[in-house]
Amino acid sequence: MAIRKCTLSALVWLLSVSPWVQASPSDIANQGLGENIAPCSSCHGAHGEGNAAAGFPRLAGLGAPYLEAQLDAFASGARGNAVMQPIASALSTDQRSAMATYYSQLPTEGAQASKGQSDNPPDTGAELAEHGRWASDIPACVQCHGPAGVGVGEHFPALAGQPAAYLAGQLRAWRNGKRPGGPMGLMASIAAKLDESDIKPVAQYFAAQSPAPAKGLDHE
Amino acid sequence: MSNRIPLLTVAVSFAMLAAVIFWVGTRDQSAPTQAPAKTADVASADEDDTTESATKSEDVAVSGNTPSERSEPLPGAAQPGAASAAADFAPPARSEIPDDEFGAMVRKGRDIFTDTQQHADQFVGNDLQCANCHLDEGRRPDSAPLWAAWAMYPAYRGKNKHVNDFAERIQGCFRYSMNGTPPPRGDEVLVALESYAYWLASGAPVAKNLPGRGYPELEAPEQPPSFTRGKQVFADHCALCHGSDGQGQRAADGSLAFPPLWGPRSYNWGAGMHRVNTAAGFIKANMPLGAATLSDQQAWDVARFIDSQERPQDPRFTGSVSETAEQYHGEHSMYGQTVNGVVLGQDAPPSGTAAKVNRP
Repeated sequence: MAIRKCTLSALVWLLSVSPWVQASPSDIANQGLGENIAPCSSCHGAHGEGNAAAGFPRLAGLGAPYLEAQLDAFASGARGNAVMQPIASALSTDQRSAMATYYSQLPTEGAQASKGQSDNPPDTGAELAEHGRWASDIPACVQCHGPAGVGVGEHFPALAGQPAAYLAGQLRAWRNGKRPGGPMGLMASIAAKLDESDIKPVAQYFAAQSPAPAKGLDHE
Repeated sequence: MSNRIPLLTVAVSFAMLAAVIFWVGTRDQSAPTQAPAKTADVASADEDDTTESATKSEDVAVSGNTPSERSEPLPGAAQPGAASAAADFAPPARSEIPDDEFGAMVRKGRDIFTDTQQHADQFVGNDLQCANCHLDEGRRPDSAPLWAAWAMYPAYRGKNKHVNDFAERIQGCFRYSMNGTPPPRGDEVLVALESYAYWLASGAPVAKNLPGRGYPELEAPEQPPSFTRGKQVFADHCALCHGSDGQGQRAADGSLAFPPLWGPRSYNWGAGMHRVNTAAGFIKANMPLGAATLSDQQAWDVARFIDSQERPQDPRFTGSVSETAEQYHGEHSMYGQTVNGVVLGQDAPPSGTAAKVNRP
């Protein structure tokens, strides 16, 4: 009898301190999961808005398939990141999927252009972003990521207002094979044609853009 | 006391086991703990996408085919004997548009060209921009660049059987490719576009067929173009941007990012791009954007697939699809042909800006 009581109370105690048992995506985002998973919000902000000063990207409003692919790539190590790798691998497939959906549905309205990154984006950044460099078969970034990088659909994430350090880091990661090339290897092939003199200005250009898109005249 | 410690250990172990079992039970039990990477997203590029790079020399192959009399070249479309590939001519840099009244008109033309919906909406009946088919703002060789077209007009065109000046040629773009209403002669939209083309052609020789003009003319494919193979090429290489339904995608601000390739908001049955050979040349040289790696056969196949879909009616429609096909459509057109049991053109939405009422 004493044994059963002891077992029961230990079970009750364990369940009560086991936040991962039925953690919702919102719980994981804001409270983390056990000891291994810090709350996503501690780096990515309470509303998934990111942290420009620290170079942590915005997640709010990005496409769910894109976010899920990134979590999967962190987990497998295909996208190298010492912070995200253990977090993503501690999450189950379903949890990664649920987190991707959760962040894709957060509004972008609260997001702002990264402050202090660059008030006057260098001309090379604007030129590359808005016109590309077709002599090297580089389309304008905005052709796939939308005007000012507001994002297109589920597979072309917003660049507008993302921290410059983060954006530059991704372009370098593609160049160095530290990040999967994305659908059809498009980004790996483009990044391979860029060098440092392109990467910084174009990252600064998008960091300075407002991530909350004004609705175009053509919509609806 | 002596047996309490093992008891506690057993109890705690059991409780932990129970907790773990419960936790696992809350998840999809079929899901592996460590998810395999999603190959489509994280695998490095398929071999098809990277190892086979399109060689420009293939693009320039000159077939010597005589275009049919009903052929409808886009502005500056390749003529027999035209060589493309590396262009000899380079248009002036964007920054060189003069800061005067003429420069203002050039800028206006460039803005119309790149955001036709915004700046010439009254003449447009679909969701396309001029720059969708004339890449890099009309500057890119093998993408029907404006600088190569400008000095080739006036020219006789089989399409309307008379000599067209450049303004009339642009009117044709609005009527067919833009599925709209041609701006009247002298309208500022036409003047602006002419100014932009003229400025881009600064220093180009007159009446000389410049390399890079039009789209490359591909050799006839080894196997006849196939709808079925083309459907697969589309799924593998095009749907990411143009959507699996071919209807394009809009950006988060509502503006058009990737154009629809068929359906009521695309080019109509009279546009040059509706011809399989024209589309194949464009695709081979330019698609996917920035990574033009399709083989000739793939380009032919996917062009056949895209141009076997319903789209706005030919503005010259006589009231009968077979009659319209007979009068205006040549060997490379799918108009009037039966595909998957349906006669193409039979269910075409009306042509022209009237279709705007159905705007999504």
